[in-house]
Amino acid sequence: MSDIADRVKKIVVEHLGVDAEKVTDNANFIDDLGADSLDTVELVMAFEEEFNVEIPDDAAETIVTVGDAIKFLEKNAA
Amino acid sequence: MRRVVVTGLGMVTPLANGVEPTWARLIEGQSGAGRVTDFEVADLACQIACQIPRGDGSDGTFNPDQWMEPKEQRKVDPFIVYAMAAATQALDDAGWKPTTYEDQCASGVLIGSGIGGIGGIYEASATLIERGPRRISPFFIPGRLINLAGGYVSIMHGLKGPNNAVVTACSTGSHAIGDAARLIALGDAEVMVAGGTESPINRLSLAGFAACRALSTGFNDDPTRGSRPYDRDRDGFVMGEGAGVVVLEEYEHAKARGAKIYAEVVGYGLSGDAFHITSPSEDGDGAYRCMSAAIKRAGISASEIDYINAHGTSTPLGDELELKAVERIVGNAAGKLAMSSTKSAIGHLLGAAGAVEAIFSILAMRDGIIPPTLNLDNPSVETAIDLVPHKAQRREVNIALSNSFGFGGTNASLVFRRAA
Repeated sequence: MSDIADRVKKIVVEHLGVDAEKVTDNANFIDDLGADSLDTVELVMAFEEEFNVEIPDDAAETIVTVGDAIKFLEKNAA
Repeated sequence: MRRVVVTGLGMVTPLANGVEPTWARLIEGQSGAGRVTDFEVADLACQIACQIPRGDGSDGTFNPDQWMEPKEQRKVDPFIVYAMAAATQALDDAGWKPTTYEDQCASGVLIGSGIGGIGGIYEASATLIERGPRRISPFFIPGRLINLAGGYVSIMHGLKGPNNAVVTACSTGSHAIGDAARLIALGDAEVMVAGGTESPINRLSLAGFAACRALSTGFNDDPTRGSRPYDRDRDGFVMGEGAGVVVLEEYEHAKARGAKIYAEVVGYGLSGDAFHITSPSEDGDGAYRCMSAAIKRAGISASEIDYINAHGTSTPLGDELELKAVERIVGNAAGKLAMSSTKSAIGHLLGAAGAVEAIFSILAMRDGIIPPTLNLDNPSVETAIDLVPHKAQRREVNIALSNSFGFGGTNASLVFRRAA
């Protein structure tokens, strides 16, 4: 697993208060991890903070699973 | 109108988490005051406050994790966490867990706060200035709004009845209980979870209240002596934090389910000073009219009141004006009246004060014990009223009145009668 994937999963565990084993690449933030729409906004903010990157709103809307976030950040994070 | 009784109590105070530990320490004469150490106070005029003892939840300490999930706590200001703790305690005490749709719709919430999430607003403002709008959390607004204390409580406990919040500065807790009792009396609800909550202890609030010349500044090196209502050396209030919540219930509803009844809410009075934004009216007229209204509503005579839990904040002006208004109300019966200010022990909980003090009034009736006014070494005026200096007193209390007066000239009095 990449360093980016580890960091993404750690943020998800912290922000959503879920067990680490549930945070798989396929896990959907809302359907599988109990997030609501505000949680997902905050998660994106946390990714921006951690990876020092700006995630525009239209890109943020495509990030619905843990894997989506990892893929986006692997491509865009410095 | 329908009768309203109190069937559950809950609180978090600077003395302890929980009603019984707080009450025991209050009666022992303990003080919750101390120097503020959580943030820089060296440049503040007032460097003391009454803070909730935090810990793992044992020995009366407050462990927020027992009352709200850590991931939820992160989103809100502490006043919401305190409200969750006090409301959950009160509902547990009342044994009321509405599960049917009908019961849920008959159960409401009315919890207020004086200044709500001022700490979080202060921090978010700094974030906005230093790092820009994209760093403001989506939970910033919902976690600071005053009515979100009641919102969270309603979600956690499935309370689908009236959902309201009061904001009347230091009268908030009393208005919340009085207004909630009226909702039950008028038939809008069978059960109401009502009270006040406050988490004001931060640099911004201490600076702001000090600028109003409302805070004690002369006891920074001797914090437990700072809150000293009626004493000649008093110089302002000591800020406190916490929450008080009661479960109010329609009398027949409580009786039908065999609930324990602490007291009946028999009187509620409100008035406005229409005088000044922070100073009480010079003749104590607002306080007098508010007590009169509550006494009239209760259908009693003022001489029947055994105990008054005073607003008594320890400010130079306010204490004596309230005392004069009480003397005028009770007249010749002053000699048999006891009146104490429990703010001498827990400080001024602002929007939570009225609710916590209503609970103290109810416990005074339950146990026949009147909590003391600490630090009352030299009363600044002579009075026939027993101000209960230093030590708690054993005394039968059948009728108790609790006063709250707030900035803006907003006054509330509650009258409780002991359960038969």
